[in-house]
Amino acid sequence: MSVLVIAEHNNKKLNALTGNVITAAAKIDADVHILVAGNDCSAVAESSAEYDGVSKVLLADKPSHEHHLPESLGPLVIEVATNYTAILLAASTTGKNLAPRVAALLDVAQISDIVAVEAADTFVRPVYAGNALATVQSNDSIKIITVRTSAFDETASGNTKAPIEYVDFALEQDSSRFVSENLAVSERPELAAASIVISGGRGLGSAENFQILEKLADKLGAAIGASRAAVDAGYVGNDLQVGQTGKIVAPDLYIAVGISGAIQHLAGMKDSKVIVAINSDADAPIFQVADYGLVADLFQVLPEIDALLS
Amino acid sequence: MKILVPVKRVIDANIKVRVSADNSAVDLNNVKMSMNPFCEIAVEEAVRLKEKGIASEIVAITIGDEKSQEQLRTAMALGADRSIWIEQAGNIEPLSIAKLLKAVVDKESPDLVILGKQSIDGDNNQVGQMLAALCNMPQGTFAYKLEIEDGRAIVSREIDGGEQVVSLALPAVVTTDLRLNEPRYAKLPDIMKAKKKPIDHLTPADLGIEISSSLKTLSVKEPAGRSAGVIVNSAQELIDKLRNEAKVIS
Repeated sequence: MSVLVIAEHNNKKLNALTGNVITAAAKIDADVHILVAGNDCSAVAESSAEYDGVSKVLLADKPSHEHHLPESLGPLVIEVATNYTAILLAASTTGKNLAPRVAALLDVAQISDIVAVEAADTFVRPVYAGNALATVQSNDSIKIITVRTSAFDETASGNTKAPIEYVDFALEQDSSRFVSENLAVSERPELAAASIVISGGRGLGSAENFQILEKLADKLGAAIGASRAAVDAGYVGNDLQVGQTGKIVAPDLYIAVGISGAIQHLAGMKDSKVIVAINSDADAPIFQVADYGLVADLFQVLPEIDALLS
Repeated sequence: MKILVPVKRVIDANIKVRVSADNSAVDLNNVKMSMNPFCEIAVEEAVRLKEKGIASEIVAITIGDEKSQEQLRTAMALGADRSIWIEQAGNIEPLSIAKLLKAVVDKESPDLVILGKQSIDGDNNQVGQMLAALCNMPQGTFAYKLEIEDGRAIVSREIDGGEQVVSLALPAVVTTDLRLNEPRYAKLPDIMKAKKKPIDHLTPADLGIEISSSLKTLSVKEPAGRSAGVIVNSAQELIDKLRNEAKVIS
């Protein structure tokens, strides 16, 4: 039986992390369909149709879907859900907002943030801030799943073109209204998908000091991340927070600068391939997960690193 | 306005968990338990709405064994007027929690349900959304700001790309994110007074709900450890290793 992936996108462009969700979906069943729900989003449907293993794209292109409100999308998903054995979404804020609502409407469990598919009904997911991994088996007839995209590779695309089918359904509702949005604009790689992340904590001391990290990030082609402390202090926006309740990342290289390494921060980055820690406190817990640790004043070593990278 | 605030008893946020020797569960024996941090934020937000004169009654609710009444006493010490304890020991899945809460929503008719976005044990981030669906209410998740205006909840949300604001008709469900507020500490006189506030004791049967489960936990394991790292002594040494040993930069 086929599986359905709900595409992650901003109406203009498909989010490449959808490719990671497709990889997880294909482990449940090789026949993957994609649902693209949005407004003026045919380009997203075109991109979705190019992934290996995708045999159909369902396009629900309506003004009421524009802001991906779960009160609108929930009924839409229920409408197309018949005959799928699983529905998968990225464990993004959009996916986490919608998936449980869909599950409750279908009267089934929702399985959050999976990191592995062991069988069509068995999944592994982190619990207790990733300090334990639970293997769970579902006996629901349809599994509603959110996928930790950092745990799966991206499926290849560009070799194929699936047919696109229009879905006419749209529910007008006024119980939830979109008011406004304020999205960070950056030339840098997106944090959740970057292969190198340089992340700053309370030790940076100010928003201005984050510019030092930005210089290094530019040289490395890296994304910028931050600890909760740095976001709470207003040094950077919440979209950069890495941690148990922020973004979960697993880049090839994670450089933690002035970050102590609280349990909640580690939860967001401890699956990185190589971890570097720079902190003046030799007892900081971050050194317990670091592959390379440098006990030093970050204001002294960061310029040194900058010079070495030129 | 009546606000319902579900709260949960969980392992204290500062404790690193251990997995049981037989890989069946996390070991919670003799471990310090506290109110889930996001639930504390929910209680605080409800209390601030009452202090502003917007809310008139705050009802705290929890589902758990008899020890979870501690968290209700804490909620009442912080400002909840009364509380409800639904007695159910052991693990209970988010969908069942949402069904129990819906039964209480049907009885209490709150204008707003405020709860934590996730509990730090299961990290599911599901109950608020499920409750909203079952009650046919709009949802404002991951809230960092909440205002009530003209019978609607204006919820500012933290989303992956930044921030979003939605306007929800009441009654609505709001889930709290870290930056919504900084919770106060309960003062000793209030803790004493809370001992006299009422806790309604209910069972799922009283609410006409049969607890079901569709997820079976086959095992709980510790994640693979990382091999020990090395301390380097200079920026030069670090860059050398990253270039030539780890080969993660050019």
